[in-house]
Amino acid sequence: MSAEQLEVENLHVWRGERHVLRGLHFALARGACLEVCGANGSGKTTLLRALGGLIYPEEGRVLWNGRNVRADLRAFHSELAYLGHEPPLKADLTARENLHYWIGVRRRLGEGELTRALARVGAGSWCGRRVRTLSAGQRRRVALAGLALLSVPLWLLDEPTTNLDAEGRELVGELVCEQLARGGTVVAAVHQGLPASVGEVTRLELAA
Amino acid sequence: MSSTGSSSTPLITAVASAPPDRLAEAVQPASALEAARLALLRDLQLAFRKRGQLVQPLAFFVIVTLLFPLAVSPELSRLRELAPGVLWVGALLASLLALEFLFRDDAYDGTLEQCALSGQSLPTLMFAKILAHWLLTGVPLALMAPLVALSLGVAVPALGWIVLAVGVGTVALSLIGAIGAALTLGIRRSGTLLSLLTLPLSLPVLIFGARATQLAIHGAPLLAPLELLGALAVFGLTLAPLAVAAAVRISLE
Repeated sequence: MSAEQLEVENLHVWRGERHVLRGLHFALARGACLEVCGANGSGKTTLLRALGGLIYPEEGRVLWNGRNVRADLRAFHSELAYLGHEPPLKADLTARENLHYWIGVRRRLGEGELTRALARVGAGSWCGRRVRTLSAGQRRRVALAGLALLSVPLWLLDEPTTNLDAEGRELVGELVCEQLARGGTVVAAVHQGLPASVGEVTRLELAA
Repeated sequence: MSSTGSSSTPLITAVASAPPDRLAEAVQPASALEAARLALLRDLQLAFRKRGQLVQPLAFFVIVTLLFPLAVSPELSRLRELAPGVLWVGALLASLLALEFLFRDDAYDGTLEQCALSGQSLPTLMFAKILAHWLLTGVPLALMAPLVALSLGVAVPALGWIVLAVGVGTVALSLIGAIGAALTLGIRRSGTLLSLLTLPLSLPVLIFGARATQLAIHGAPLLAPLELLGALAVFGLTLAPLAVAAAVRISLE
């Protein structure tokens, strides 16, 4: 078994007529963070979705702990958290109900734990409001609470700091730091870069 | 509500002191049954927040079936002959009406993607969604059917059979429809395509359902068509969740 936790070998992905990812190679050890940068349309989201197994790559493979993720996608998914552009929340449920269902499907979740996670992202006072009435930044915070609750080793984050205020961006930094400290791996597609508090990160520049 | 700092600090220290590999084990994964239960409850709760969508198919069913006496003839003996067809065409179209929303909202807000990435069995979660859909459309239709039948001049002894037939038939309709709804997920304005795809597959349900109802009205033994309806429902139960899960995965690519 390899020492690297997440490995990508010769990844090629086509989206329709476009050759978006052209032979990507990288490896990340436990506790490593990868920042994926690049212009709009350079394939950041495509890379994250290919890593998460949502997109079948045309060529190449993704290895998690030395095993091809395609071999047992469900086992891989149970170790993975993916946050896309939009927080995956139902507008007609409250923030708290959203987490109750979203996270509860994946793991046993106590009410106290849920309350703590919501308080941590500053949602304590408004977690009983329907998501429809929340601002984009508040929705992002709810999604971050969900991310923290999942307690999985691999995080795939697509623009995690979008719509957040300065304090919210620091919160992302804190969460990523904790994830790395406990031996987790983070791959984040970013425009402005992760908060400086994250410390050492590997950068991957995608060409448009 | 406790303050942010004091409540989260113990959590972090616990996390930081745990050896890397132990962390994942500290969190108990939800069982498949628990996941399905939550998926079902979520859809039911959402439906009761958006009552309009809930009432629409039922209102459609009642209005369409009650227009027949006005358009054809108020003579009960003639209505009674028409009743099976009217009931089943109404139920089929009403259940089709509700299908478009089955996966579309979830696909739009990203929660469907999270289902596919949950590490739980996707067919199980999809089955829970279909079950919720049936509870929200099939069961109300089955409960409304005897009232409609009564107004079409059907005698009381047949009503129990009609509830049963519509109840079983809508199970099959929900399952067949879910496949169509999942297959047309990526397509905008998918309503027409969804009907084209689903209606031919629903015809056996229509045929056997109407036949069972007709036999019930005449007080004849109706076990044969009823059992065929049941067979269709069971066939759907075994295969539809798998097909839906596969179609959903494709739509997420």
